[in-house]
Amino acid sequence: MTTRTEMIEARRPPDMRRGVVGWLRANLFNGPLNSVLSVITMVLLAMMLWPMAKWALIDADWLGSTREACSGEGACWVFISARFETIIYGFYPDPERWRVNSVLAMMTLLVAWLAIPRLPAKRWVGAFALVGFPILAYVLLNGGHFGLVEVPTREWGGLMLTLTVATVGIVGSLPIGVVLALGRRSQMPLVRSLCVVFIEFWRGVPLITVLFMASVMLPLFVPTEVEFDKLLRALIGIMFFWSAYMAEVVRGGLQAIPSGQEEAAKALGLGYWRRMGLIVLPQALKMVIPGIVNTFIALFKDTSLVLIIGLFDLLAIIRAGLTDSDWLGFATEGYVFAALMFWVFCFSMSRYSQYIERRLHTGH
Amino acid sequence: MTANNSASASSADTPMIEVEGLNKWYGDFHVLRDIDLTVGRGERIVVCGPSGSGKSTLIRCFNHLEEHQQGRITVDGVTMTQDIKRIEQIRRNVGMVFQHFNLFPHLSVLDNCCISQTWVQKKPRVEAEKTAREFLERVQIADQADKYPGQLSGGQQQRVAIARALCMRPEVMLFDEPTSALDPEMIKEVLDVMVELAHDGMTMLCVTHEMGFAKTVADRVIFMDQGQIIEQAPPETFFNNPESERTKLFLSQILGH
Ligand SMILES: Nc1ncnc2c1ncn2[C@@H]1O[C@H](COP(=O)(O)OP(=O)(O)OP(=O)(O)O)[C@@H](O)[C@H]1O
Ligand SMILES: [Mg+2]
Repeated sequence: MTTRTEMIEARRPPDMRRGVVGWLRANLFNGPLNSVLSVITMVLLAMMLWPMAKWALIDADWLGSTREACSGEGACWVFISARFETIIYGFYPDPERWRVNSVLAMMTLLVAWLAIPRLPAKRWVGAFALVGFPILAYVLLNGGHFGLVEVPTREWGGLMLTLTVATVGIVGSLPIGVVLALGRRSQMPLVRSLCVVFIEFWRGVPLITVLFMASVMLPLFVPTEVEFDKLLRALIGIMFFWSAYMAEVVRGGLQAIPSGQEEAAKALGLGYWRRMGLIVLPQALKMVIPGIVNTFIALFKDTSLVLIIGLFDLLAIIRAGLTDSDWLGFATEGYVFAALMFWVFCFSMSRYSQYIERRLHTGH
Repeated sequence: MTANNSASASSADTPMIEVEGLNKWYGDFHVLRDIDLTVGRGERIVVCGPSGSGKSTLIRCFNHLEEHQQGRITVDGVTMTQDIKRIEQIRRNVGMVFQHFNLFPHLSVLDNCCISQTWVQKKPRVEAEKTAREFLERVQIADQADKYPGQLSGGQQQRVAIARALCMRPEVMLFDEPTSALDPEMIKEVLDVMVELAHDGMTMLCVTHEMGFAKTVADRVIFMDQGQIIEQAPPETFFNNPESERTKLFLSQILGH
């Protein structure tokens, strides 16, 4: 019999990274069949991607300001650059566009500040983003106060309108959704029924119908003296519509939290709102981040539906440009560009959510 | 640890927990039947009985995790009602340790111990952390304070759960089978903490099948079956001369053959 008298020291794990060749061998060429499949796939990809790249990049026309700059061989991005300002600002009057720029800059700064974990004072910045910023943004964009010329919302458009609708929708639907989800699980029958009715109503109608109702039917019911802004009505409709979806996503998370969590919190003397706010919701929301972001992305893309009630969002403004008699025949460029813009925003949200999920992982 | 720093409504000679004529039903199922029980200050009680006999249900009534339909429960001079303020007052005085630990996985060990001090007792963070570290030290896990519960073993988690409950400086501690979800080699480390707590004079009510623990620390052992208290006696009498046939049968089953 042998006896170990000294314990073995802990060592570093062996290095498993093997560079590009190692990666290729392990993932693409680890066997004859896989090698053949890899080659076929790469050939097919190249056959599809090459013409696209040729059209969009190599043969494309980039410089110029008029139609004459388009050679007609590839894409003519001059179509986009010539109307770039309209795509961003819509019909927002030229001299006032600095207001949009400041709001956009402020929003970028706030989002970046909240998104980068290392920056301090998250609570104050977050509070400002939720309370101060919307008021400031409204005052700046709409004007009519402090010597700013009023710019009625029918002159808003393009990317700024898309971002306005998406931001209001996202920032509004999450808290309302959380409250609805909690209400749906409430012990109080009245609260519960109200939440169920609200959620099922908004989930049962298509967003298009909501927008039509907001723009066409609502004015029939409210007295004509009360003049509701068309954009405001659409925003409220969108917020309620998506908060119903959000509520169901959040409820899924709430149901996945074991009842022991709430019992432990109760046993420690925490009241209902503290139990929810400190124990249950942080875990539930973390669990449903993919679902929440999924809803955000759907919301972002569906902002383009506002075009049916006559608001000119990013897509609508590009479409409007297609009918410009100087620029007929550039539909492909227009739609590709619109798709790219939407994709950039949605993809960023998706990546950021994955990063947050990894960051919040605490090993359970 | 027994320092009475809560504004308790009672003097030192009133019982810690007083239960009179307690009845509880789940639908038509009568889980607790005419329970009468008095727990004195500093008394250590072990509750045992077959599965489904209502042990958990009984001790969960003492901090209103379960609602009873008949009878009166008084904890540290405060009588349980539907009033949420009163329930929360009682809960501040009652610590509870669960079979499955129920630590908050999204909070570090230290934050698990600070959360109720911060939000219920409204202590400043520094003070809360000091108390938390003190109790983590007592359960011998101070070096893990910055980890998350998911990174600890079962025995370590249960000790954190005990520290978390103690941080509120409760008058009485309830344990619901604190060792039955643990691997055998971890049971001892948790029991050691509980024995130490008992020696410090904490009022304790433990549902457990650890008969060794019952023999060494309990002042009284209570045997429950079908929602009733069948027998209660000091451990020597309980284990050596049980009165009821059902107790004898139960003891022969769990003490082995
Ligand atoms: N929420 C509930 N609804 C209906 N019946 C329940 C509920 N909770 C417990 N019961 C029943 O009440 C009885 C007592 O349960 P309890 O959990 O108190 O038993 P126990 O003595 O703690 O058993 P164990 O040793 O298995 O933990 C059991 O028969 C159980 O099936
Ligand atoms: Mg039990």
